[in-house]
Amino acid sequence: MIEIDPTRRDLVAAFWENPKGPHSPELQQLVNKLRFEPSMRDKYVVVCTKPYEEWTLAQLPGQRGKPIRMHTDQVFSNLNDAERAIFKLRWEAHTGQTLD
Amino acid sequence: MRTLFGYSDQISARPGDTINFKISSLNGKPYQADIVRLICGDDSPGGPGFKETPVPTAIAGEYAGREQPIYDGSYVTVPHTGAFDNIFSFTLQAFIWPTTPDKGRQALLGIWCADDENGFELFIDDHGSTALCLGDGRGTVDILRAETPMIAREWYFVAAAFDADSGEMRLYQEPLNPGPGIGTEMAVQRSASVAPSQRGATVFLMAAHNVDLDGSVIGGHYNGKIDRPRLANKSLSRAEMEAAKSATIPDALRSHMVGWWNFSRDISGTCATDISPNRLHGEIVNLPTRGMRGHNWTGREHSWRHAPEEYGAIHFHDDDLYDAGWQTDFSLTIPESMASGVYCARLRGAGDEERIPFFVRPPAGKITADAVLLISTATYMAYANMQWSMNTIFAEPKGGGITVLGRDDVFLQENPGYGLSLYDKHSDQTGVCYTSRLRPIFNMRPKTGVWSFNADTHVTDWLEKIGQGFDVVTDEDIHQEGLAAIEPYRVVITGAHPEYWTTPMWDAMVAYQGQGGRLMYLGGNGFYWRIAYHDALPGVLELRRAEGGMRYQTTEPGEYHQSFNGELGGLWRRLGAPPNTLVGAGTVGTGFDSASYYRRTEDSHDPRATFIFEGVGDDEMIGDFGSLLGGAAGVELDGANRKLGTPPHALVVARSEGHSQLYFLCPEETPFHHPVMSGAENPRVRADLLFYETPAGGGVFTTGSISWCASLAHDDYENNVARITGNVLQRFLDPEPL
Ligand SMILES: [Fe+2]
Repeated sequence: MIEIDPTRRDLVAAFWENPKGPHSPELQQLVNKLRFEPSMRDKYVVVCTKPYEEWTLAQLPGQRGKPIRMHTDQVFSNLNDAERAIFKLRWEAHTGQTLD
Repeated sequence: MRTLFGYSDQISARPGDTINFKISSLNGKPYQADIVRLICGDDSPGGPGFKETPVPTAIAGEYAGREQPIYDGSYVTVPHTGAFDNIFSFTLQAFIWPTTPDKGRQALLGIWCADDENGFELFIDDHGSTALCLGDGRGTVDILRAETPMIAREWYFVAAAFDADSGEMRLYQEPLNPGPGIGTEMAVQRSASVAPSQRGATVFLMAAHNVDLDGSVIGGHYNGKIDRPRLANKSLSRAEMEAAKSATIPDALRSHMVGWWNFSRDISGTCATDISPNRLHGEIVNLPTRGMRGHNWTGREHSWRHAPEEYGAIHFHDDDLYDAGWQTDFSLTIPESMASGVYCARLRGAGDEERIPFFVRPPAGKITADAVLLISTATYMAYANMQWSMNTIFAEPKGGGITVLGRDDVFLQENPGYGLSLYDKHSDQTGVCYTSRLRPIFNMRPKTGVWSFNADTHVTDWLEKIGQGFDVVTDEDIHQEGLAAIEPYRVVITGAHPEYWTTPMWDAMVAYQGQGGRLMYLGGNGFYWRIAYHDALPGVLELRRAEGGMRYQTTEPGEYHQSFNGELGGLWRRLGAPPNTLVGAGTVGTGFDSASYYRRTEDSHDPRATFIFEGVGDDEMIGDFGSLLGGAAGVELDGANRKLGTPPHALVVARSEGHSQLYFLCPEETPFHHPVMSGAENPRVRADLLFYETPAGGGVFTTGSISWCASLAHDDYENNVARITGNVLQRFLDPEPL
């Protein structure tokens, strides 16, 4: 299994530049690793809170019928910013390193 | 939060027909209703813009809102009969294959009401083991438990008996394949502290029980299979229970058997057949899955038609749903003046807005245009209330972007009960086989994503824009009427995703082509899965996701045959009738992150193709724009393949290129794994734009891409996708043979 190399800040920078891709093969591998999680529980998503204008960070409960946890302090006006925010959360969880 | 929504009993109607609308206003507030003709449902920035026109009808006005409840979960109910009145001693037994034994209490068989704890029930207890409860309805309940949790997806024989004279209660839980990891037979018995009381108007239920006294609420839903359920009015000995396992009733037991249900009878029907002399046929509610492998399945036959005795199981799910059964709030009789097209009942008020689509055909025996738009209602039903992205770990990697939820997704996640799509799994992780339109379908609506129903309004929008008259016809109409539904039309135009086809629909399209009909297939991943509608139950279709194809859930081996009609289900390609034989191309790949464009090929300069490219330059990129992922070649792609039946004279006039590394060959295109799979590396991952002539002067035009239609409106409809589509439509409308 490929492990995340915390020193590869160059890949982070490339993602920051262009979250939607297309990515280099190395960055794509990193992105796949971050997007793929073994459980849906607590998985980060965004909920569109104003059609085509506003998206709010949220976490899935991983079980039907349970509420989606909304993070109303993290609101985005475009999906690229939401991509960056979720990338950052996952990168930090994987590497233990803070991204600025 | 959604607070106002509904559905209609019919979705396709002609002038004079009546459609009944059933509405729920969750907060009970009133709402305004009227009818609109829908031109375009895509309200996204960069799209054509939302367009609708009010149509005055008699239903316009204010309506008092009321909440209408929805109850999911399948079960069998045997109506009250005198045979239930004098059951003092009893035996309940069945074979079961539980899929969620750890879910909590689940009813198996019984006459039991949870509210007053009255009656008797064989059930799975909170610890996953079989249990028998007796209740007198006055507060005394006695429960005998097997005290051994069952293992999911293993067959068990379970039985419970009570002798009213001796007061002895007995319980058996016996794995059919006992051994390490699974455990052994459990038998427990003791004297009961209570006898069930007799109560009038009781019903016998399987896989659920009554929750309230008047029987209007059902609960305790079980997940898993039940095979050969039995009810006797005697405490049978273990040896008699053994005899009662057989398929037919031994003479010695006949006088004691109240019900001897045989689920392998009439698998396509709507009731659970009792072969005892009482004939206590059960009503099957909310469509549990039938034609399922029984406890005695040997694998020698894979079709329930060939060995029905091995398909005696019904698989129940606590989230099955067929007909919400709501009351009608208003009824629309289609006026003679209502032109064929796409309409919605528009509801406003009660803190919400809702549009319930329906499709109006021309008056019977008439057509009002030479072109007919095929409304892919089977596709809309297949995707109904899809919750895939919230429940599938590969959804985000496949999509190549974070999961974005809308308010309907949030509502469905937090309010389960509105039924699932054919892309979802049940709560017990088995695949969904049936989908109904007799329930609110939150994603068969305008102002949703550019997919399924809403994506097809790009076609209506374009036809209106160019002033092209058209009639509409739905999948269900073609299924019911066959060729007659489309025969009078010179051109049939599909939407973006005509994916699901019954055999009669398929045959109708073959026949249409055989008599000179012209087909414009403006989508991708079309003509892909075989499905079945039910002969007796309206508004429901069945799919078995048999081996092959893109399956977001899978069907178990031995269960590939459709319960509605016995046909082998799955991909038309795997059934020996690839879509290539109908439209020249079949699905080759998918990707949800981006879309691309086409380039003209050598074939496009063939004189036979000249009409297609009138006004389009030799080197133009075709469709490098659009409101679905920014390109006309995207999402799901179809390619030509002579070996799969693409006609030898078909012209591949354009071909897409530049697909991303998140596009992949579909499974049926690659018989083994290798690293050359993605759109960035594998040249087969591309859409083919095709044209060919058919017998009797007909023709086929295929775009091979789901996102094609979402490019029609670009640059105020002045673009090469619109030009090519318009050129083909004009030529296909011309009666001159192709
Ligand atoms: Fe599809």
